[in-house]
Amino acid sequence: MSALTEELREKIRAEFPKYPNKRAVTLPALHIVHDALRCVSTESIREIANLLELHPSEVHDTMSFYNFFKDEHHPLGKHRVWFCRSISCMLRGGEELLGEVCQKYNVKPGETSADGKFTLEFAECLGACEGAPCALVDEDCHMTLDVNSASKLIDGLK
Amino acid sequence: MPTFEPVLLARINTPDSHTLATYQRDGGYQALRKALDMAPADVTNLVKDSGLRGRGGAGFPCGLKWTFLPKDHPGPIYLCINADESEPGTFNNRYLMEMDPHQLIEGIAIACHAIRSKNAYLYLRFEYGLSYRRLDAAIKECYAAGLLGKNILGKGFDLDIVLHRGAAAYICGEETGLIESLEGKRAWPRIKPPFPAIEGLFRKPTIVNNVETLCCVKQILDRGKEWFQSIGVKPDPNNPRDPGSYGPKLYTVSGHVNKPCCVELPLGVTARELIEEHAGGVWKGRKAKAVVPGGISMGFLSDKELDTPLDFNGPGKVGCLGLGTAAVVVVDDQTNMVDVLYNCARFFSHESCGQCTPCREGTNWMTRILDRIRSGNGSMRDLDLLTEVASSMGIIPGTTICGLSDGAAWPVKNAIQKFRGDFEDYINSGRKSVTPYPVGAH
Ligand SMILES: Cc1cc2nc3c(=O)[nH]c(=O)nc-3n(C[C@H](O)[C@H](O)[C@H](O)COP(=O)(O)O)c2cc1C
Ligand code: SF4
Ligand code: FES
Repeated sequence: MSALTEELREKIRAEFPKYPNKRAVTLPALHIVHDALRCVSTESIREIANLLELHPSEVHDTMSFYNFFKDEHHPLGKHRVWFCRSISCMLRGGEELLGEVCQKYNVKPGETSADGKFTLEFAECLGACEGAPCALVDEDCHMTLDVNSASKLIDGLK
Repeated sequence: MPTFEPVLLARINTPDSHTLATYQRDGGYQALRKALDMAPADVTNLVKDSGLRGRGGAGFPCGLKWTFLPKDHPGPIYLCINADESEPGTFNNRYLMEMDPHQLIEGIAIACHAIRSKNAYLYLRFEYGLSYRRLDAAIKECYAAGLLGKNILGKGFDLDIVLHRGAAAYICGEETGLIESLEGKRAWPRIKPPFPAIEGLFRKPTIVNNVETLCCVKQILDRGKEWFQSIGVKPDPNNPRDPGSYGPKLYTVSGHVNKPCCVELPLGVTARELIEEHAGGVWKGRKAKAVVPGGISMGFLSDKELDTPLDFNGPGKVGCLGLGTAAVVVVDDQTNMVDVLYNCARFFSHESCGQCTPCREGTNWMTRILDRIRSGNGSMRDLDLLTEVASSMGIIPGTTICGLSDGAAWPVKNAIQKFRGDFEDYINSGRKSVTPYPVGAH
């Protein structure tokens, strides 16, 4: 059985006309697969490579450069929550906030909560320093957090 | 200083400022119309004569860069818009993309006409979700309205813009790292020359410009080069190589201030003015101990250097690397510089792409030495060691491919030189700090 559904393949193919060659679709394809399947497995890499007419090692080489993408041994939870640890957030308690969240939910950065609901990450500057400390929940940034508002966000995840 | 009317940020408080309807109501896309009635070389010359310098960090003259493209090239020629904005403390490109995406798109279209490009790739850092949605919607509006695609405004100009999302890596902001990443590879910066203008994306002539730079281009078409040169700082008469620091600039102020903000001001305001007049002063009634002048890569100003003008030349005169991204981060007098510097060093060791040994190892050593000091096991010798490592890495000493390494070295050099007392006190006092969360999983 293939790792990629026809729907995912179609989404990847839809990227082809935007670029003069298929290799440039590597990052878009990784995003499409990663987002849908919560990881990019070795089999997915092979199938992406096939679609893009690359060697699987080329896709793997690119993927492994970006710590962003998880392999099948470390799949993402349903949601991904990133707490910023860079300078402006650190100066306003961002690292302590991340520490409190780790403790409260018993997860370390890079790990997924036991119920599979969310993967916790530290982030480098999220470009929202006016709202330090801040966190990215999936694709939305939340600013000026403390442990209460951050917990509310996490508890509210469906 | 007389009050300054924002131009780049003029529309951000307009309801629905991100939509085509409000943008056109406010005169949007008239600058593009004007540009398309001009010859591409004339647009380039206008931008060149305005004195616009790149806002992405290096301050290279924008129009001049465009003239480096080969003449009469059959194409394709590419424009890459650098929206990877990841320098800690920086968020001005985000404001521009979220609040006024059409201003950027108009700037892109004008630039593409000038450089004879039909293909623009906008490389957007992944974390900017709202920017992505706003830009995606704005681009779709443009295609529907005949402002992108074929025969734009009936003037025979074709342009496609592709939004390309990154994957959370700072090095994708370095222009050749960006190009490699766009091509589907690891974002390893290229050795230059060849510069992108000669051989860039897909090995074709390419211009890479920052988001704010392109927004300035649109304003220059609207208002003229005299307007642009009426703002900012004139060239230093004693420095024949200084093109001046003209135009408005977005400054982002964060850290220990009462009102962190993004403000538009003439190039050359001082850190003190930014802190006191725009960011509500240092928080908790404290004083500033150190101020980052333009993203952490640029190093630190001490409390005695807060009247330094933040133009392209100012920070360099007090030993900083430059203006960088004009991101001002304020550190109060209750904070120890050991912790601040550790945070900076850790960022660069996390983000080094690993190609060059002095950068890969140097950033890692500096982080480990600072960690040793933080754990209470530092010695005075460590301070000289830090300076020694910092002085041996980067483009300036000639040991690395890209400027990340210089940016990693600078805060270390500045901190040890300007705040040595903090480090000595820390080592002598036997203090200890720990990172308050487990890092083992990474
Ligand atoms: C490590 C590193 C990171 C950079 N990150 C960015 C960035 O996020 N955005 C940006 O516009 N320029 C960044 N730059 C500068 C770019 O290499 C390039 O000079 C700039 O995009 C050119 O555009 P401009 O001339 O319009 O400023 C970075 C440079 C280095 C060395
Ligand atoms: S200087 Fe550092 S980030 Fe730049 S290419 Fe070399 S190793 Fe990579
Ligand atoms: S330092 Fe946290 S968002 Fe910039």
